[in-house]
Amino acid sequence: TLFYYLTTQTQAAHLYNNCDSSSIPAVCLASVQTCRCTVLDWSRCPAIPGTKIGPVEIAVSPNNNAVNIYEKNGKDWVKIHELTEHSGRITGIDWAPQSNRIVTCASDRNAYVWTLKDGVWKPTLVLVRINRAATCVKWSPLENKFALGSGARLISICYFEQENDWWLSKHIKKSICSTVLSLDWHPNNILLAAGSADLHCRIFSTYIKDIEEKPGPTAWGAKMPFGEMMLEHKDCGGWVHSVSFSPSGDQLAWVAHNSSISVADATQGKEVIQLTSDSLPLLSVLYISPTEIVAAGHDCCPYQYTYKGPRSLEFVKKLDIPKQTSKGNMSAMQHFRNLDKKATDEEIGDLDALHQNSITQLRIVSLDKAKVVQYSSVGLDGAMVIWDFKP
Amino acid sequence: MSKNTVSDRFRKVDVDEYDENKFVDEEEGGENQGGPDEAEVDSLLRQYPLTLSAVLKNPPINTKNQNAKERAEQLVVKVLSSFKSSDIEKAVGSLDKAGVDLLMKYIYRGFEKPSDNSSAVLLQWHEKALAVGGVGSIVRVLTARKTV
Repeated sequence: TLFYYLTTQTQAAHLYNNCDSSSIPAVCLASVQTCRCTVLDWSRCPAIPGTKIGPVEIAVSPNNNAVNIYEKNGKDWVKIHELTEHSGRITGIDWAPQSNRIVTCASDRNAYVWTLKDGVWKPTLVLVRINRAATCVKWSPLENKFALGSGARLISICYFEQENDWWLSKHIKKSICSTVLSLDWHPNNILLAAGSADLHCRIFSTYIKDIEEKPGPTAWGAKMPFGEMMLEHKDCGGWVHSVSFSPSGDQLAWVAHNSSISVADATQGKEVIQLTSDSLPLLSVLYISPTEIVAAGHDCCPYQYTYKGPRSLEFVKKLDIPKQTSKGNMSAMQHFRNLDKKATDEEIGDLDALHQNSITQLRIVSLDKAKVVQYSSVGLDGAMVIWDFKP
Repeated sequence: MSKNTVSDRFRKVDVDEYDENKFVDEEEGGENQGGPDEAEVDSLLRQYPLTLSAVLKNPPINTKNQNAKERAEQLVVKVLSSFKSSDIEKAVGSLDKAGVDLLMKYIYRGFEKPSDNSSAVLLQWHEKALAVGGVGSIVRVLTARKTV
């Protein structure tokens, strides 16, 4: 694992542990969804012709209204761009790998699409037409549109209109009663899963006939006019913090605030299986492989789950196994210091995990032929950790 | 300046009721949820060993009938108090995940209205239920919109 600590003061990310730079992948994927503290996004920069390795960049927002882009230079992260256009706190960043565009959304009810022109990121305003803060944003797999969730109880599907050279939006409002907290796209570029604060998890169709072909049938249904609800799972037990489609798109996993993880399986008649856990609620979920799911949240540690077929959603293991540090003997001075500071002379160490506070977001960092090799986690402690996934 | 500067009755108006976008929980029929059967539970109390299964049956979760909920709660506390301290762990161990969650809900409901020795007994049950259900079971008590 690689561990980075993002500091806002010095505006640079410092490396804490030695990292093996040969593990930097040739193609870096990743986009980070909204994070309550730090919003993080990986880029997928096209490799310089002739070399295998392209520059590794991340777009980070340290809980303010600016987005900073850092580039990895050897062992250091160097800030190379600052994107300032939003007037409210950034709530979502998504970096489209193929077209190299960044979409950002903020609590100022706006979204901007950024394109790199002559080495400078230029923003284009998107007409989202919402009257509440935007909460999350995601490019579709083909990057011809993106979905924006908001507190206005609707989802804006935005696409580029060539004629007038601007981004237009169409709204999905049907049956959504509260803030949209999370979004994820189905690989067919049409279906969109949305987790909401009204305790429901839904899948909508976002087919826009002006810009794309009519979609073929999927396991979720055959008729997909715009706004059609292909799945509505009521009462997920709590706010649905995060949703994630499986690589094939036939399963949808989500985590809710009642400390549970659920999977809906289209191949089993959209049957939903829920697994409750005995730990604190999970905030982010990621389908890492056709059967393995990684989720993390207030327990500050990523967990691995597996879904291999009907009625078999199981916990596999905790993914953060900290090295055993020798505690050693406490000196008398330490005893008194602890008594003075913390009212106890027990050795109160840090949390037994890499993250010292809740993990708010998981993102895929790199793929190797459609298999996830690395993923990242960011947390309320301002730290970013890159994890290797070993199936 | 408005005429009426003395009355503060306006402060008692529940503005949320007038919000047309107010979030309403879905109504689910709970009419036939009367709570655990008193007679059955009473007869089981006289038997030994005591079991939880009867009193955890048919919880009044979906109903809005406060009487049913209170009756169920009193019954549960009565049963929990009848257990010997040494038997609590085994009783909790015999429950499945959903049973532990339900037990936690009743325990916290019991904390709300303490009587005599109830809190001490409930604390013992809470400790054992926590060991099995973890903090997740407490989170589910807090997030459940429809509870006992």
